[in-house]
Amino acid sequence: MISKEQTQHIAKLARLGLSEKEIEKMQKELSSILDYVEKLKKVDVSNTKEALHILPVNLDGEAQRKDIARSQEEKTTKKLIDLAPQKKEGYLQVKEVF
Amino acid sequence: MDLKSLTIKKVHEGLIKKEFSAKELTNSYFERIKAFDGQIKAFLTLSEDLAFLQAKEIDIQISSGKEIPILAGTPLVLKDNILVEGIRCTAGSKILENYIAPYDATVTKKLKAQGAVILGKTNMDEFAMGSSTENSAFFPTKNPYDLSRVAGGSSGGSAASVANDFSLYGLGSDTGGSIRQPASFCGVVGLKPSYGAVSRYGLIAMASSLDQIGPLAKHTEDAQIIFEVIGGKDPLDSTSVESMVSSFKFQVSELKIGIPKEYFIKGIDKEVEAGVKGAISKFEKAGAKIMEISLPHTEYALPCYYIVVPSEISANLARYDGIKYGFSKIKDDKKDLIDVYFDSRGEGLGDEVRRRVMLGTFTLSAGYYEAYYLRAQKVRNLIKQDFDKAFKIVDVILTPTTPTPAFKIGEKVADPISMYLSDIFTVPVNLAGLPGISLPCGKTKSGLPLGFQLIGKQFQENMILELGKIFETL
Repeated sequence: MISKEQTQHIAKLARLGLSEKEIEKMQKELSSILDYVEKLKKVDVSNTKEALHILPVNLDGEAQRKDIARSQEEKTTKKLIDLAPQKKEGYLQVKEVF
Repeated sequence: MDLKSLTIKKVHEGLIKKEFSAKELTNSYFERIKAFDGQIKAFLTLSEDLAFLQAKEIDIQISSGKEIPILAGTPLVLKDNILVEGIRCTAGSKILENYIAPYDATVTKKLKAQGAVILGKTNMDEFAMGSSTENSAFFPTKNPYDLSRVAGGSSGGSAASVANDFSLYGLGSDTGGSIRQPASFCGVVGLKPSYGAVSRYGLIAMASSLDQIGPLAKHTEDAQIIFEVIGGKDPLDSTSVESMVSSFKFQVSELKIGIPKEYFIKGIDKEVEAGVKGAISKFEKAGAKIMEISLPHTEYALPCYYIVVPSEISANLARYDGIKYGFSKIKDDKKDLIDVYFDSRGEGLGDEVRRRVMLGTFTLSAGYYEAYYLRAQKVRNLIKQDFDKAFKIVDVILTPTTPTPAFKIGEKVADPISMYLSDIFTVPVNLAGLPGISLPCGKTKSGLPLGFQLIGKQFQENMILELGKIFETL
């Protein structure tokens, strides 16, 4: 069983604004799902590695491109910036942090 | 126009022989959508301007005597988590209600390059989280065979559209059964390709180690044609691979079909069981060798999935922050930055999405990562090894697609776990990265479609597709 305080803490980490009532509901639902997945504790995994990925390719090597910025046409970047709810002179604008 | 009997090849021939134009065909589909989608509710957005523009282009090419690609002029729908430049893309969520896609997904690009005609975007569970489209922020899609029942999900809009002849075919996405389960509920064919077979660039991400795009169609042959067009390596998706799909020519009598005993559990609907057993005996009569096999970790697949998936969701959905795009509370002057996050996400995301984001944040958090996520990834390996062992003995595995036919709208919404259980036979396939296809196998006494699933070895889509085509002739 997950506590109310834990639920509030997770909501904060997840940046989800939940009301008092929603926190209570979430606490119950999370607890019942966690009870359900508890079953996994019965599996012996002592000799098993984790499945990092399931493709027969080397995702750490050949699948990766070089870390070089790909420039985009201005009309493409403009389209992306235009989607932001608040912007100024081609930049996204956020609330003051300090 | 008799839309029901159309196939991709028939449309292709009809266009070339000038029996009808692409414009006329497109028009027939829109007429049908406008007459009946008020009841079915498969669509979130219609893209008529784009569709008629594409159709016109194809008609010009045909009249100038140019050769046209196989999908030219074929009307289709896309699940609303696949981007089409300039067209609204909601992913079934309020947080993206007014989001206009700034570019095409790779699959969209490939379909457009063929001259396929995109009719619109279809309803889905919010961010593809659900099995019925009831988690759509907008409305549920009804099952064309019984309007009081769900179309399945999360690609329910695409499945209902194909089943109801609103489109010749559609694309969906499948993370734990979201193509195959609605295909089964709506009596159509649905293919979930191997992980890596189709680029996900421009697919709104849910759980990146599992998501795949695939076709829904009336016949296996159509699904195969579509799969061949959309597959292959894409530099914009590092997890996509060069097509390793080989073609298969085989005799059914040479085949060994494995039936996993763990998939015929207590609680499976009697009519589903009878339908699947009917399919098995058809293969047996055609000469295939039917063998009982065991996939011993099957019962752990669903709990494993419900740790891996929410964990990836909590990371993937962090991007919806009220700052870059989508629903936002940023213009509220009383708020500071953290409240913009809290309130944009709190109001913009629906119940199931919030539940999974919370669960994933918990399972990845300090002190719990090893007990949950790491353990789940180890169990995932055991599930994959079960399949590896089975495929040393058999060529293909046959199971039910779902434990029941389409359920009633509202029946499972109050209990998340009962909803999760409707994916119990499809989830293991995603965890192991394998291709799976759901094929129709008759109907219940009350007329609801039944489906069964064929699971192939990694990148052996063509094996299960060829077998699907054979099944349709049996």
